[in-house]
Amino acid sequence: MREITYAQAINEALRQCMKEDERVVLLGEDIGVYGGIFQVTAGLLDEFGKERVIDTPIAEAGFVGACVGAALTGMRPVVEIMFIDFTTVCMDMIINQMAKMHYMFGGQGKVPVVLRVNIGAGRGAAAQHSQSFHALFMHIPGLYVVAPSTPYDAKGLMIEAIKNDNPVIFVEHKKLYVEKGDVPAEGYTIPFGKAEIKREGSDLTIVATHAMVMRSLRAAEEAAKEGIDVEVVDPRTLTPFDKVTILKSVKKTGRLLVADEGHKTCGVAAEISAMVAEEGIFDLKAPVVRVCSPDTPVPFSPPLEQAYIPDVKDLLPALKRLMEYA
Amino acid sequence: MEIKKETLIEFYTTMLKIRLFEERVIALYARGLIPGLAHLYIGEEAVAAGVCAVLRENDYITSTHRGHGHVIAKGADLKPMMAELFGKKTGYCKGKGGSMHIADMEIGILGANGIAGGGIPIAVGAGMSAKWRGTDQVTVCFFGDDASNNGTFHEGLNLASLYRLPVIFVCENNRYGISVGQEKQRLIQDIAIRATSYDMPGVVVNGNDVLEVYEASLKAVKRGWAGEGPTLIECKTYRWRGHHEGDPNQGRRYRTTEEIESWKEGDPIKRMARKLIEDKILTKKKMDDLKNEILEEIEQAVAFANESEFPTIEEMYEDVYI
Repeated sequence: MREITYAQAINEALRQCMKEDERVVLLGEDIGVYGGIFQVTAGLLDEFGKERVIDTPIAEAGFVGACVGAALTGMRPVVEIMFIDFTTVCMDMIINQMAKMHYMFGGQGKVPVVLRVNIGAGRGAAAQHSQSFHALFMHIPGLYVVAPSTPYDAKGLMIEAIKNDNPVIFVEHKKLYVEKGDVPAEGYTIPFGKAEIKREGSDLTIVATHAMVMRSLRAAEEAAKEGIDVEVVDPRTLTPFDKVTILKSVKKTGRLLVADEGHKTCGVAAEISAMVAEEGIFDLKAPVVRVCSPDTPVPFSPPLEQAYIPDVKDLLPALKRLMEYA
Repeated sequence: MEIKKETLIEFYTTMLKIRLFEERVIALYARGLIPGLAHLYIGEEAVAAGVCAVLRENDYITSTHRGHGHVIAKGADLKPMMAELFGKKTGYCKGKGGSMHIADMEIGILGANGIAGGGIPIAVGAGMSAKWRGTDQVTVCFFGDDASNNGTFHEGLNLASLYRLPVIFVCENNRYGISVGQEKQRLIQDIAIRATSYDMPGVVVNGNDVLEVYEASLKAVKRGWAGEGPTLIECKTYRWRGHHEGDPNQGRRYRTTEEIESWKEGDPIKRMARKLIEDKILTKKKMDDLKNEILEEIEQAVAFANESEFPTIEEMYEDVYI
């Protein structure tokens, strides 16, 4: 199968959906001529024209709110927020409007917006362009939260997101955009709420999201050299969340490490840990360990930023520590 | 401007319906039958009636926390509306929205909104949508004076102007953002001048004169249909009640009785009634009949709400997702 990057996979999903359904329109900052800050929308302006690929002013509350109104009246907008950090200036439109309408209007109306954001540190962009606060959206009923870790998942989940009638926060990872993987040329969907075991193992379960999947697979290879057999489970969507696959894996291995690039406090890893504590604690031989970003803003200075990003350097000692419990 | 007799009667009927509905809400609220918050529109009826008279069923509106008038004028059915205020499952939102969130997608009511300025970008999106879908639907966006100080107002007007959207921004200037008088919100007298920044017409009308509101709306809607873009209409008006039922002394903590009484003298409904009598369009008798018909409709709505069931606890978990 051909290999393309994560960014190209999303681009292909957008292109295929736009061809198939003229209600699909793109909005965002610099997504047209520029092709998007991470080139995810490259070429789409030329193919679909400026009526359907709209370079908006820097007015997130305005254009995200406009997507809500457009979706409510029959369109299927896909909107790019340049960095997840910028969702803070349109949070009303996300939390109070798009997430609530279907419920608070008693099941009337639907808001099929896909809100594309990206997380991840490592580009020297400091505290306002590097955050990973995707957990925040998991806290809000009414939103789906999608977290692809591979090009294959990115394409299938994007097509599913666009076809879905609910508002979807599509959380991309900026360190993954250039990663390559096998992706079928034709369109396909990946259902929400289905985790995937990215590596089978018997000693320890890592539940990992986004770039932490790739990092966990690397750590698993290192650990294998020392005879530790690690299973890596990727939830792929955070809402809805596939508890079954994770609890099953924990039952098999008896040890759980949760790896997510968000902050440790009240993060994705905290939620997954709590879920296993409530529903699977008697299967555990060891305490649950979280490997996350520290509870500090993302620092600028390169050595600090490298230390900040959770990676093999943090995963390997953590999983060795877990193996000390018999 | 020549306005048809039927239209004049429609103005009066709509305004009276809003007034009588809300007067009933006052009593029901006081008796504890309507829970939560009720932000009443009494005194501002000419705005909703005048604006909505230019709209067709498939045109859109976005409304505000003070939305009863807008949705009644757009054609909402009083039964599910009252049931919603009661929190009953037969309500417009199955009892899960309440007074601040009445919506009826079938007749273009894209929802009342509890966030000041929250509906503005949503209306812009409905305008974009009409353009994308190639329809001639117009969207009216109602909001208050203090919402015009919010970023959504400026972002929304800029987008609507930039894309030449068929959106009518209707600012109901009732002089207060909750308790804060307009002189403490901004230095300009007329919000309408803000339209200049967005290269769209900005007009000020007497919001207690339904004819003025109607004429300005008609001009705006024609601009929208012709693809000439949006309009900002500022309607100077006044809310007679407090910010919500339960506002101490109906807002006399920050307003004088004299001020409130002076605005009541400009009652938009009495004003219209006088005109209808003077122009011999309706007799006093006809007006009384009309009033009784509306009161009967309201009583039926109250009975419907009263007899309806509350939602079951299980229904709390429904409609979070499709």
